[in-house]
Amino acid sequence: MAWQAPAGPYRGKRRVQIHWLQEGLCPMTRMTGAQILLECLQREGVDTIFGYPGGVVLPLYDTLPAYPGIRHVLVRHEQGAAHMADGYARATGRPGVCLGTSGPGATNLVTGIATSYLDSTPVLAITGNVSRALLGKDGFQEADITAITMPITKHNYLVMRPENIAMTVREAVHIATTGRPGPVLIDIPKDVFQEEAEFDWPEQINLRGYKPTTEGHPGMIRRAAELIDQAKKPIIIAGHGVIWGNASDELRELVEKADIPVITTFLGIGAFPEEHPLSYGWLGMHGMYYANMAADTADVVIGIGMRFDDRAMGRFKDFNPTAKIIHIDIDPAEIGKNFATAVPIVGDVKRVLPALAGCVKEQKRENWRKWIDVQREEHPSLHIRESRRMLPQYVIRTLYEESRGNATIVTGVGQHQMWAGQHYFYQRPRQLISSGGLGTMGFELPGAIGAQVALPGKEVWAICGDGGFQMTMQELAVVVEERLPIKIAILNNGYLGMIRQWQQLFYEKNFSSCAMTQPDFCKIAEAYGIKAIRVETKAEVEPAIAEARAYPGPVLIDFHVDQEENVWPMVPAGAALSETIEAPAEEMMR
Amino acid sequence: MTATTSNGYRPRPGNHTVVAIVEDKPGVLMRVASLFRRRGFNIESLTVGHSESPGVSRMTIVVDGESAPIEQVEKQLYKLIDVIKVSDLSNEDMIARELCLLKVRCNNVNRHELLDIASVFRADVIDIATNSIILQVVGDDDKINGLVKMCEPYGIRELSRTGRVAMVRGPKTTTVHEPEPEKIARQHSTQGRRVEGVELPFSSD
Repeated sequence: MAWQAPAGPYRGKRRVQIHWLQEGLCPMTRMTGAQILLECLQREGVDTIFGYPGGVVLPLYDTLPAYPGIRHVLVRHEQGAAHMADGYARATGRPGVCLGTSGPGATNLVTGIATSYLDSTPVLAITGNVSRALLGKDGFQEADITAITMPITKHNYLVMRPENIAMTVREAVHIATTGRPGPVLIDIPKDVFQEEAEFDWPEQINLRGYKPTTEGHPGMIRRAAELIDQAKKPIIIAGHGVIWGNASDELRELVEKADIPVITTFLGIGAFPEEHPLSYGWLGMHGMYYANMAADTADVVIGIGMRFDDRAMGRFKDFNPTAKIIHIDIDPAEIGKNFATAVPIVGDVKRVLPALAGCVKEQKRENWRKWIDVQREEHPSLHIRESRRMLPQYVIRTLYEESRGNATIVTGVGQHQMWAGQHYFYQRPRQLISSGGLGTMGFELPGAIGAQVALPGKEVWAICGDGGFQMTMQELAVVVEERLPIKIAILNNGYLGMIRQWQQLFYEKNFSSCAMTQPDFCKIAEAYGIKAIRVETKAEVEPAIAEARAYPGPVLIDFHVDQEENVWPMVPAGAALSETIEAPAEEMMR
Repeated sequence: MTATTSNGYRPRPGNHTVVAIVEDKPGVLMRVASLFRRRGFNIESLTVGHSESPGVSRMTIVVDGESAPIEQVEKQLYKLIDVIKVSDLSNEDMIARELCLLKVRCNNVNRHELLDIASVFRADVIDIATNSIILQVVGDDDKINGLVKMCEPYGIRELSRTGRVAMVRGPKTTTVHEPEPEKIARQHSTQGRRVEGVELPFSSD
């Protein structure tokens, strides 16, 4: 039987958020573990759980209807739940919550949790486990999920007593959302959900091993400002941390005052408006030629909220050997991990950037900007050639123009991801949602579902590869069930495109296991009751996108794009940024 | 002989003694061990035990510093929520000791020789039998290695070492104090968790 709030006046002594059961809830109420968990989640501001039921979480599902403030999205595979929670978190900045049962339910969450971990997004993963008496006895559907997820979570918990649930949830949300965000897993045995305990909402937590540094060291900030003032050719590389620190405006102030060109990492796209005159695109393996060259030529490199990853920086030992590096990050372990740093600043970018902006001199660096501008004119990486073929780049650019650069774009991983990063121009943080660190194919559809749940009424596009889409396409059922008006664009080239590109370039065209016989994606969409449009010629691209945008419900567009298009420019794996290759002439003639 | 430091402890090149003060919670040893494995840091020894404050354990880890820059080891350890404090004692004036139990083959003829060796190393005899003897020795690496080497010709039947524990000389300590718990609301306001334009308030508001 669903739990009923006890009658009587509210006698709470604390100032807590008032809920639907406010009238009845006195501070010390006996509740089951499941009730405590949901009450805590509600008080933490959780409005959505992406989950899948199973034997050991049934006590929780039994209690769920008594909490109408929490929307439960029933997924079709737990991996989808983890990606949805991730997409929800990336779209809003609030923690996403996913739920799975013990054993296979928990292990199915693992890929999604690892995706969140590598990209530092706040996700709360809740799993059930077998009853305490059966733990460690290889019971039915038992997996040691706390041990499995130790290296891919910021922290995790196995809760053995119902009275510990409230403190655990508070700590978990606190850990997930502060400092460098990250996923936190809470594993709760079945009988802990069922056992009753006094509910006491903790006002205080005591984590002596977790005290993120937020204020930058003033001496270091002064040294950084001196270095920037003296620099002739400084460059800022803005990363995901600028988005998670909500520091776009602060970044803009610093940049405009000191006239420093800005490039972003792939995950940093949107941290700085791409139409700003000081924006020079993003760097890395498929970054813009001029961005890579600017990073490789600069005399001072200022990394802000980024981790000097190998995909962004190319071969470490040959990255711009003369540059002095200023590294601003909230995670001290990132500083000095891959590169020697001249000035390390540990702190929250939201606080460090205004302090730095206050210290730097106002100046103009016209020569340096002109140098990058010349590079951009001579090597226009984002030029789309005239062609009768339906180029995937053209599809993305048309979508950009049709949506006036306003849509939230969620991508999978592969060629389509790089094109979506290159040919759509992003104006605001959280506009591009993509699995950058782990590179999880199949992220696109569930990620877009999470984003659309978080942003009702906003335009959300899932840009999918034909390969990755099939990894999670069962979640189409969720699109229909939850009435989400997601637009799905599949860039269908019949290949695992990035694999084909690498085999063509580095494996002597030995095309091994990269061609795929694809199903009719339109029929699949229609089977779920989703409107579908097949696009086979270039002329149909624009009307199809316009039609999809005008349609109030979900639409899937199957773009049969040119099959052998490659992503350019490219830094081959293991090469330096200075070795960026541009599209070969013969490919531009196609 | 190679030079030794004032405390008699001769650090091997690249070998670091790191003390981590950790919460006494289930799984903390696994977290630390798994971190070392994943980041490719080689552990030479690791010992854990209670510390002076309840609920807090003290780990002494000897790391092969050539496998990883010691700064990264410290920073990665700090990232673990259950790790409260980390200090690298290698550059301090520290005392490092370990205990070793050594079961050596012996007979009535050579027992006296062994006892002489043991007394030179100030090792205690803690068990004696007709054809074996157990020695207990406390000291630094060099002393234990020296005793082991001297006993080898007699035949070592069993050897068990605890791994190194260490402490800095003088009043300086590696301890933690029970901190004042903080109001969550204050932590959130200083740590910038809030996102602009969010309709939903947080409970800590």
